[in-house]
Amino acid sequence: MDFFHNTVALSRSQFALTAIFHMLWPVLTTGMGVYLVVIEGLWLRTRKLDYYHHARFWSKLYVLNFGIGVASGLPMEFQFGTNWAPFSEAVGDFFGSILGFEGAMAFMLEAGFLGIMLFGWGRVHPVIHYFATIMVAFGANLSTFWILVANSWLQSPAGGEMVAGKFIVSDYFQAILNPFMVRSVAHMFLATLETSLFVIGGISAWYMLRDRHTAFFSLSLKIVLTIAIAVTPLQIYVGHLSAEQVAERQPTKLAAIEAKWDTTPAGDTAPWSVLAIPDPDHGRNRWELNIPQGLGYILEFKPELSHTIQGLNEWDAGDRPKMISLIFYSFRIMSGIGFFLAGLMLISVVQWLRGKLSPGTITAQKWLLRAWLFSAPLGYLAVETGWIVRCVGRQPWTMYGEIRTADAATNLPPSTVLGSLIAFSVVYTLLLLATLYFGRRIIRTGPNLTLPAPDFDTHPAVDPTPTEFIPDQRAVELRR
Amino acid sequence: MDALLHFLPQVWFVILALFLFLYIMLDGFDLGVGILSLTSSDEERRGILMTSLGNVWDANETWLVLMGGALFGAFPLAYGTILNALYIPIFIMIFGLIFRAVAFEFREHSSRKVFWNLAFGIGSFLAALGQGFALGAVIEGIPVDAAGHFVGSMWGWLDWRSLLVALTLIQGYVLIGSTYLILKTEGELQKTHFRTAKLATYTTLIGALTITIATPIVYDTIRDRLFSPPLSYIFAAIPLVGIILVWQLLKGLSAKNDRTPFIWTVLIFLLTFIGLGLIIFPYIIPNQITIYQAAAAPSALVFMIIFIGFLIPVMLFYNTYQYIVFRGKVVESAYGED
Ligand code: HDD
Ligand code: HEM
Ligand code: HEM
Repeated sequence: MDFFHNTVALSRSQFALTAIFHMLWPVLTTGMGVYLVVIEGLWLRTRKLDYYHHARFWSKLYVLNFGIGVASGLPMEFQFGTNWAPFSEAVGDFFGSILGFEGAMAFMLEAGFLGIMLFGWGRVHPVIHYFATIMVAFGANLSTFWILVANSWLQSPAGGEMVAGKFIVSDYFQAILNPFMVRSVAHMFLATLETSLFVIGGISAWYMLRDRHTAFFSLSLKIVLTIAIAVTPLQIYVGHLSAEQVAERQPTKLAAIEAKWDTTPAGDTAPWSVLAIPDPDHGRNRWELNIPQGLGYILEFKPELSHTIQGLNEWDAGDRPKMISLIFYSFRIMSGIGFFLAGLMLISVVQWLRGKLSPGTITAQKWLLRAWLFSAPLGYLAVETGWIVRCVGRQPWTMYGEIRTADAATNLPPSTVLGSLIAFSVVYTLLLLATLYFGRRIIRTGPNLTLPAPDFDTHPAVDPTPTEFIPDQRAVELRR
Repeated sequence: MDALLHFLPQVWFVILALFLFLYIMLDGFDLGVGILSLTSSDEERRGILMTSLGNVWDANETWLVLMGGALFGAFPLAYGTILNALYIPIFIMIFGLIFRAVAFEFREHSSRKVFWNLAFGIGSFLAALGQGFALGAVIEGIPVDAAGHFVGSMWGWLDWRSLLVALTLIQGYVLIGSTYLILKTEGELQKTHFRTAKLATYTTLIGALTITIATPIVYDTIRDRLFSPPLSYIFAAIPLVGIILVWQLLKGLSAKNDRTPFIWTVLIFLLTFIGLGLIIFPYIIPNQITIYQAAAAPSALVFMIIFIGFLIPVMLFYNTYQYIVFRGKVVESAYGED
């Protein structure tokens, strides 16, 4: 059917577009939130002014992202009802509850303390301010947790069954602790952190390449590097665990990730394709570049597979994902980036140990700094491609094995959806351009290193404890 | 068991009403200030207007997000059907809210502030307009089939009655926005908003009266419910209390009182809201779907009470705390220094 007259295709495009754009902003607010907690904590412990200035500088980028994250997140919340009403009705008992929890526990907490975190520096005691920063970061990560609970449940439904088109939940905690949940939450948590670390590191590198505030920014690079030592290898490992769970429960997605058309029985070996040109019409790859026995090594660290790997040809074309190349290459981009960032971390650590990262010597490390600058956007790319693997790889199901995407969409007139889709494309593109433009401005302006730190010992400008509130009932002329 | 099947949806009806009320009150003054900013002539003033919201707009808007999520979980059928029917007004609201939210962030860094001022004002207006039409359409009722799915046209929400509700809601937002600014500003700026508040009181009143008179005439079912006891006593009391509140509001405005106009306006909002709730209950889509038909399974409702219901006091607490930290007049167009 013609795309412009196909409501399902249009609604899918709209969801994909809004999710892909929305994702760009919360990644930084969740990951950088953790970094801000670290840096403000360092300041409170050491009282070194540099840390305070770091906290102030990065929170400028933070707030820019935050606002746009909220703006672009609003349509996500409502689209389930507007464009996926049958789906919402079928799974509302669980899926809706989880979105409700996200609002009540996570978004509220974040929003409730954000004002204090951003504007409260002189108004509340530094310790209370630190508490607000922790709450904001905690809220953002809690929101990641709940949204991934919801999404994982769509990948691996648990805790009940479909009865007459409606999901009847028998055990809510089993549904929350669905088979995909733990690993997916961990992978996403590390993804936001890793992306943010390399954004911060990349921007720091940009300053040092220009020799602006070099001492100041070598500090942030080192903090980032310290955290990255743990995060980057862990992410590869958790990514591997994610692939394992896909292999176990979503055979169509695994086959699409690897562009495997033919079944490999248990006990055999199978090659791993580095590159391929999938040909869905003929059910084979037109060309492929293989590592012999690679698949076994990747999934199980040994040549023979201990389970059967079903090929895509096992299913009717309507029962497996269609965009095989997209899934195949998205996966390779994501994991490639995972290894690249880990490698960069390793080289940087070696240079650090050799004493090459001190303020005096670091500006000579041109190539290393350029590599960091180059890495700044890579985390985003990995996140987007990872989600494409996850959501497009799940097709034709919205809820794996239970609800088909075609049955999940609201029966709207195509022209209406086309209208909103066009509006979203225009507005979101502008939002992204404006974020980049103003982000660049903030970075160009640079940190304000003359800001005095708030006082610890004297009373804050405004007493944070609530006082009794006595309305002034006199007419305005009588006051003063 | 039967009692429970009735009780749980009722609890959620009340919780949702609470969220909606908090949203309409808090984002109401937020949007009202935005609409008022369209009439403000100089940059300094607009800066103060936006600063008066800078730290709270996000928290205020989050009540809407919370309400969306809770509606989805507690009444999935209503969530799907209402949003499906109101596709266009909902997206008008969403785009309005997007423009507004980004205006807060971008204006600060921009050297061409006019553009973002417009985004702020027009965004606020569009959001209020979308909400007004949505509210009007829900009060009128949404055509559904036997299964409760929407069967009407995409433009069914648009007629003179929903337009009337939309215009009145916008006036109401301007009113509460003005009284909020009376609270947060001083001098010339405050004087201006004593005037706008007075004007908005009259226009809101006219709108509200027209709606009150038109509604029972147009809808027989509502008329039957309104004019039979015990509800008839309550509905007789509401206009009386309303008159007293409006009179107090006008008195406070004339006396150039700082705080009382805002408080009286909130009470007027609350009264209207209670009236509305009583008209709609026990329906969630008037005259079509009751809360009992639309409700999620009892286990889901209990599950949500555990995780959301018990958090309500906590949420109220830290939201109030934020208001306390930032209480007082806004004098400059930015908080602190950067
Ligand atoms: C910085 C970001 C990042 C990096 C470096 C990686 N990933 Fe990833 N990946 C994500 C960010 C991400 C993600 C965006 O966060 C996803 C999408 C949904 C999810 O839970 O995580 C994801 C999903 C995802 C999935 C799909 C899970 C599913 O469909 O249920 C697999 C199989 C992997 N990843 C595997 C890997 C491997 C083997 C990596 C490294 C070698 C790797 N990822 C690095
Ligand atoms: C597709 C499903 C998603 C929905 C329905 C959704 C919904 C929303 C909504 C409504 C907001 C605005 C909240 C507010 O007003 O404070 C928002 C912001 C946010 N979303 Fe999403 N979102 C989705 C995907 C994600 C994902 C995958 C993440 C994971 C990282 C995420 C993380 C956040 C965070 C942290 C915010 C807070 C604003 C910010 O920090 O920028 N969201 N989201
Ligand atoms: C964690 C929150 C998320 C949830 C609950 C979620 C859920 C969904 C749902 C319900 C759909 C529509 C039905 C369908 O096509 O199957 C969908 C489609 C899609 N989502 Fe996700 N999603 C989430 C996050 C994301 C993110 C962050 C991205 C991208 C960066 C993304 C990319 C897509 C794409 C590309 C589609 C369209 C797939 C297709 O129709 O082929 N999703 N997702």
